[in-house]
Amino acid sequence: MSRVIMGIETSCDETGVGLVRLSENDAADATATGPRVELLADEVASSVELHARYGGVVPEVASRAHLEAMAPTARRALATAGLTLSDVDAIAVTAGPGLAGALLVGVAAAKAYAAALDVPLYGVNHLAGHVAVDTLEHGPLPRPCLALLVSGGHTQLLRVDDVASKITELGSTVDDAAGEAYDKVARIVGLPYPGGPPIDKAAREGDPEAIAFPRGMTGPRDAPFDFSFSGLKTAVARWIEAAERNGESIPVPDVCASFQEAVADVLTMKAVAAAREYGIGTMVISGGVAANSRLSALARERCEAAGIELRVPRPRLCTDNGAMIAALGAHVVAADLPASPLDFSGTPALPVSTVTVR
Amino acid sequence: MLLLALDTSTPAVTAGLVALDETSGAVDVLAERVTINPRAHGELLTPHLKDAASTAGVALSDLDAVVCGIGPGPFTGLRAGMVTAASLAHALDIPAYPVCSLDAIAAEAGTGTPLLVATDARRREVYWARYAADGTREAGPAVSPPADIDIGGARVVGQAGAMLTDTANEPSYPTTNGLARAAASSVMARGEPEPLTPLYLRRPDAAEPGERKRVTEVSR
Ligand SMILES: Nc1ncnc2c1ncn2[C@@H]1O[C@H](COP(=O)(O)OP(=O)(O)OP(=O)(O)O)[C@@H](O)[C@H]1O
Repeated sequence: MSRVIMGIETSCDETGVGLVRLSENDAADATATGPRVELLADEVASSVELHARYGGVVPEVASRAHLEAMAPTARRALATAGLTLSDVDAIAVTAGPGLAGALLVGVAAAKAYAAALDVPLYGVNHLAGHVAVDTLEHGPLPRPCLALLVSGGHTQLLRVDDVASKITELGSTVDDAAGEAYDKVARIVGLPYPGGPPIDKAAREGDPEAIAFPRGMTGPRDAPFDFSFSGLKTAVARWIEAAERNGESIPVPDVCASFQEAVADVLTMKAVAAAREYGIGTMVISGGVAANSRLSALARERCEAAGIELRVPRPRLCTDNGAMIAALGAHVVAADLPASPLDFSGTPALPVSTVTVR
Repeated sequence: MLLLALDTSTPAVTAGLVALDETSGAVDVLAERVTINPRAHGELLTPHLKDAASTAGVALSDLDAVVCGIGPGPFTGLRAGMVTAASLAHALDIPAYPVCSLDAIAAEAGTGTPLLVATDARRREVYWARYAADGTREAGPAVSPPADIDIGGARVVGQAGAMLTDTANEPSYPTTNGLARAAASSVMARGEPEPLTPLYLRRPDAAEPGERKRVTEVSR
C-alpha cells in the first residue's frame, strides 16, 4: 500500500507545498529501519526579494504573500507530481515555530484542504521537518541521530530518537541564530540580504585566519551545547569601525572568511562534542546555513576524524520548503499517530519536543 | 444552488450554508455558525463550516460555490477566511466569489434608507462605506478616523457605528444571509468570479533600516 501526503509550509517567508509517497516496507526486508518516503514534488514561492530592502523578514509582507501564493503553489506541486487532489491521502502543515500571521495562512489552508478532501490533518513541527527531510535524500534515519539545525531563525542541537515522536533539544542559541548572524554581518560589511550566500562567496577569496574573531560560549563554564553569535557580530562591527577610524580600507574577503571560520568552528565543535557525549554515530545538518561551504567542509573533516557519519541534504531541501513537512507527515502517518483536531492554531513558539499537535 | 458563505473580516467568525434560488435570487439560510472572538478565526472557521454543513445535512462535496467576505478588515483574521475559501474552491473545484464585507452588512440591513456601514479598523479608525437608499454603494470602502466621516442623513450600521453616532444599530457584522445576498447576482451570472483579493486598504507597517548604528563610541 502506498499513500500520498501533501505538506504545507508557511512559517516564515517561503510558501511551500510538497508531495511525497509513503510506501510500507516489505515485511521480509529486515534491513529497513523506517518507512520508505519518496519525493514527488517540491514547489516554493518565496517573498525574500520583498523583504530585502528592509534587511529582514517583515511579517505582514510575508503573510500577504502567503495568501496570494497558497493555492497557485499547491496547483504547481500537483501538476509537477502528475497528481490531483483526489490522490492525496493526508495533509501535513507547519504548526510552529514561526511567525504567527504567516503560520495562520498555511494552517487555515491545510484545514480547508483536509475538510474538503475528507482526509486526516497533521499539524507538525517545522524543526522536526528540517530533520525529516533528510530521509528523502538518504533514506531512513538511524536511531538515535544528532541534528544540527542552522537557519535564519534557529540554531539548535537535537537528539532525535524518532523523528515522528521523540526529539530532545540539547542546546540552542541564547541570542542570534547562525543565519541571522550572517545576515547582520553582511549588512555591516555592505553585502546584500540575505547575507549567507554573498559572505560564503566573498570568504573564498579571503584568509580565515586573518582576524581572530571570538568563539562564543566556549568557555569552561559555558553551557556545552548552547550557542551565542551576538558577541561575534559585535566583534566584527568593532573591528570594521576601528579600521575605518584608522583610515584603512576594509579587507571584506578576510573579514568574511574569518567570521565564517568562527561560526563553522563553533557549530561543528559543539555538534561533534554532543555526538561523542551521547554516543551517537550519525549527524544531520539542515536549515538554510547548511548550504554554507565552510560549515559542510569542516563538519565533514571533524565527523570523519570522530568516526561519525555525516548527512547533509542538498541545499534545496535544507531551506524552508513543503517537502520537509510532507516528509515529516509521512513519518507521522507511518507511525500510526493520531491526527490533529481541526481547531488547533499555529503556535509561534512550538517546542521541538512537540512533533505533532494534538 | 448550494453556497457556503464565509467571513472573518470582523471579530465574528462566520460560516453558513445557503440555498440560492437561481431564478428568483431568493436566499434561504440552511445553517449558520458564528463565534465572536477576534483571535479565533484561524482556529474556528473550518470547524464552523463543517458544523454548519452537517446541521444543514449537506456534504461539502455538494457545494456549488463559496462566497467569501474580502474585507476590509484587520489583516490576520481576514486572511483566515480568504485562504479557507481559496483552498475549498481548489479542493472542491468550485468557484469562490468575493464580496466586500461592508456590502454584506448593508445587504443584511436592507434598502429603503441611505446607509453608512462602519467596522472597527483599530488604531481609532473605521472601515466604512456609504450606500444609497436602493442599496448601491456610493462611497468607500475606505479607512478613516471617525471625525473625517460625514454621516449626512444616513442610518449608521456596523460594529463600529458607535464610534460615529449614538444611534448606531444592527446588524453589527456580516451575516450568512447578507453575504449570500451581496453575492447573488454574480453567482447567478455564473461568470468567472473576480479574483479573491483582500481589501487591506493599508500598507504593511515596515520601515527601511537607516544608517547602521555604531557599536563603538566615536571620540571627537
Ligand atoms: N551559503 C550560506 N552560508 C551561510 N548562510 C546561508 C547560506 N545560504 C543561506 N544562508 C542563510 O540561511 C538563512 C535562511 O535559511 P532558511 O531558508 O532555512 O530560512 P529561515 O526562514 O531562516 O528558516 P527557519 O524558519 O527554519 O528558521 C539566511 O539567514 C541565510 O543568510
